[in-house]
Amino acid sequence: MKVDLTVNGSAMSADVEPRTLLVHLIRDDLDLTGTNVGCDTSSCGACTVHVNGESVKSCTMFAVQAQGLEITTIEGMAADDGTLHPMQEAFRQCHGLQCGYCTPGMVMAATSLLKQNPSPSEAEVREGLEGNLCRCTGYHNIVKSVMSAAGGA
Amino acid sequence: MTIGTPMLRKEDPKLLTGEGKFVDDIHVSGELWMGMVRSPMAHAKILSVDVSEALKMPGVHSAYSGADLNGMGLWAAPLPCAWPVTEDMVNPPHFPVAAEYARHVGEIVAVVLADSRYGAADAAEAVIVDFEQLPAVASLDEAVADSKMAHSDLSTNKAYHWALEPDNAAVEAAFANAAHTVTGNFVQQRMIPAAMEPRGVLAVPSPHGGELTLYSASQVPHLLKVLIAATTGLPENKLRVIAPAVGGGFGAKLNVNPDELLAATLSNKLAKPVRWTETRSEAAFSTHQGRGQNQRIELAADADGKVTGCRVHLDADMGAYMMLITPGVPLLGSFLYTGVYDIPAFGFTCDGHFTNLTPTDAYRGAGRPEASYAIERAMDMLAAEMGMDPAELRRRNYIAGGDHFENFTVSSTLAFDSGHYGPNLDKALEMADYDGLRAEQKKRRDAGDAKQLGIGMVTYVEICGLAPSRALGGLNFNSGGWEHATVRMLPTGKVEVVSGSTPHGQGHETSWSQIIATKFGMDPNDVEVLHSDTALSPLGLDTYGSRSLSVGGVAIAMAADKVIEKARLMAAHMFEAAPGDVEYENGSFSVKGTPAKSVHIAELGFGAFLAHDLPDGMEPNLQEQVSFDPPNFAFPFGTHVAVVEIDEGTGNVELLDYIAVDDCGNQVNPLIVEGQVHGGIVQGVGQALFEAAAYDEDGNCQNPSFLDYLVPSPMEMPNIKTDYTYTPSTSNILGVKGVGEAGTIGSAAAVMNAVVDGLSPHGVKDMKMPATPQRVWNAIQGVTV
Repeated sequence: MKVDLTVNGSAMSADVEPRTLLVHLIRDDLDLTGTNVGCDTSSCGACTVHVNGESVKSCTMFAVQAQGLEITTIEGMAADDGTLHPMQEAFRQCHGLQCGYCTPGMVMAATSLLKQNPSPSEAEVREGLEGNLCRCTGYHNIVKSVMSAAGGA
Repeated sequence: MTIGTPMLRKEDPKLLTGEGKFVDDIHVSGELWMGMVRSPMAHAKILSVDVSEALKMPGVHSAYSGADLNGMGLWAAPLPCAWPVTEDMVNPPHFPVAAEYARHVGEIVAVVLADSRYGAADAAEAVIVDFEQLPAVASLDEAVADSKMAHSDLSTNKAYHWALEPDNAAVEAAFANAAHTVTGNFVQQRMIPAAMEPRGVLAVPSPHGGELTLYSASQVPHLLKVLIAATTGLPENKLRVIAPAVGGGFGAKLNVNPDELLAATLSNKLAKPVRWTETRSEAAFSTHQGRGQNQRIELAADADGKVTGCRVHLDADMGAYMMLITPGVPLLGSFLYTGVYDIPAFGFTCDGHFTNLTPTDAYRGAGRPEASYAIERAMDMLAAEMGMDPAELRRRNYIAGGDHFENFTVSSTLAFDSGHYGPNLDKALEMADYDGLRAEQKKRRDAGDAKQLGIGMVTYVEICGLAPSRALGGLNFNSGGWEHATVRMLPTGKVEVVSGSTPHGQGHETSWSQIIATKFGMDPNDVEVLHSDTALSPLGLDTYGSRSLSVGGVAIAMAADKVIEKARLMAAHMFEAAPGDVEYENGSFSVKGTPAKSVHIAELGFGAFLAHDLPDGMEPNLQEQVSFDPPNFAFPFGTHVAVVEIDEGTGNVELLDYIAVDDCGNQVNPLIVEGQVHGGIVQGVGQALFEAAAYDEDGNCQNPSFLDYLVPSPMEMPNIKTDYTYTPSTSNILGVKGVGEAGTIGSAAAVMNAVVDGLSPHGVKDMKMPATPQRVWNAIQGVTV
């Protein structure tokens, strides 16, 4: 099936099997490999992207369900001149990543979190990122990064 | 940004923008996807394998049973075990695909190749395998009971008996004369390592040239290259192994796996690229697990609480087969069962047993968290037995009375490089407000609050910096322990560092650049680190056992020193001075007494490259290499305090506060150290409170996915309060120790000491991990489960 969608501001299309997951369209067909797959049960959040501005685990949608929608992946976050998005910069400043595998999903989820709640408490950050797993950082510096991006630390 | 400064990581911009390439991100045209057909039974005879339906499916290239592959002559040797711990260790042959018997759920019994990810999964489903189910050894306890066999051609499940018994008479005497004794029986449950990036492999052949490039999500590309050659017969000098960006390892990526050998041999045979990426639920079977030990520890103490003897026995679950270092994991811990204490008499024995479960192997700490858990839980049991404060009992037993020491030989026969435990404990207790916590605990107990406090502490020590090669040889571990480094001043004044250490999240590029920046007085951004590709970095022994800095980083510092010495000769030649009169400071050479005339080391690269005017006999180019074999291990330590709140109505344990004062010697990058401590602690907390690979009586893993294998989420963790003491190692010129595993080595015991402390008014003396609400609630009701 043909699917037309907008990814990081550019119109794209692909021919996919109906069962293809959005994350596999993004990774395997569009070659935007920054969005990662960490599980097969929609538990880990490594594949989080923005769909029409809302964070979505891209393994929970079929590619064809994205017909006509606007997708933002981690590749679309930094400015054209390479300047990191404030959330990416906060993760860098606060050592909010180690191996970097969960990071794109964390950044996308955290950005969405701040859009909904621009001044979260630390507990709200932890609750908001509950669906994103990290095995390296122990979350301490991820929470610090998000608080910093929110201007709270 | 020299040694000791919290430089932001050079690795981050790529990883933050999606530019970093993990194995599954790399594609080559014509690639075939492997789909694994796995045994649904823990122990079964394979009667037949029918791949005919799979072969009819669109996009399917080929399919093979274990017997097919054996007939193709692909294997020169079984999968490797590098650590035959005893001469008579039982090590049944283990091939990538089972042909006659499947011995754990998930063992590969056939492999299909198809032109897409989904197509390979479909084709694997279409393979029909006829099994005859056999009785399965579904737990370590069943293996020890030995009434059924994990390998039907063996007469016992026991694989080996290993002993470290320097002086049994002394141990007997200690127990005979003891005023107090305690015995702890602890279970180290099986853990699923769960690095966020699943394992994956891509093999790219060169049909005409004969070379083979293998990309793998591996901690050990150098070991993998040697061992692929040894097990497949492919010529080692035609192999290139690349570990690209690797998404965490924690020990789970240091093996030589069936999928890697299948990709290498099938791509070579078929002259087509072959790839595979494990799914998360598959990883419970396709990647080794950690821990899996039953521990018995006994302590003998005099009337003052001075511990006089320690006796330990382990039964260790090998799983179905010996993987790379499966049998050696308990040995890595064996030397640490006396912990930070001066216990004069010590004895240790271990039996390894086969089960029909996923093989075990290294998981963050590998043997050492288990040892730390046993001694630190046993110390708390002794403190409770004597009615003594656990901090006071520890103080009374520290090596050197808690004062600074160097090169102290403990009764387990190792010489600890350095330690200074007293001030470390003081700092942790002060940060935790220990006295205040005890007062709060008493208040809640007196008031009969619904939520009670538990306070737990550990002072751990670990062995890292693996390893003096001779020490490994003495333990029958068939690997060296050195690390290699090359430091190269390029003609334009930039530096290339080639390292055999293989990072997977530890920030080596940053730390190594800081070492060079310090040595050469230059900007760390002018340093490029080449690693994790055997073509760029041919010599190396990779990353595990908290060895990267204390072996690999030290090798870099030593190679830099050699570059400086060569450059000094060049500078002397240039200044027409004697080399002994040339001084070096912060990157610049000058002649004693005439500091105005100087040359920076970065300026000498071009002259060395031109070689027009070098001293007589000097080789062109300014590069040096070092293979550093450490003279001793390094022994980091620390004190951790955990504070838990136990809901007496529900049994829920909430971790309220965690204080960690670690000592890893000198620090190169405190930011990276802190991150390692945080992450390590949470993995130990996971073991204490949430995680366990659960098996039913038939050997089926009940929780292979993240739905029910409970990796801690952000919700379960508090912020972690960290600080440090600094006791330089005497094992290397940088005075560094290691920190990658330290958090995990301290935290499981700290949390469980807190849980048991909180439950002690109910008469609870011990609790199994993980301390789930059900277990805790049962304990409160007086029910032991």
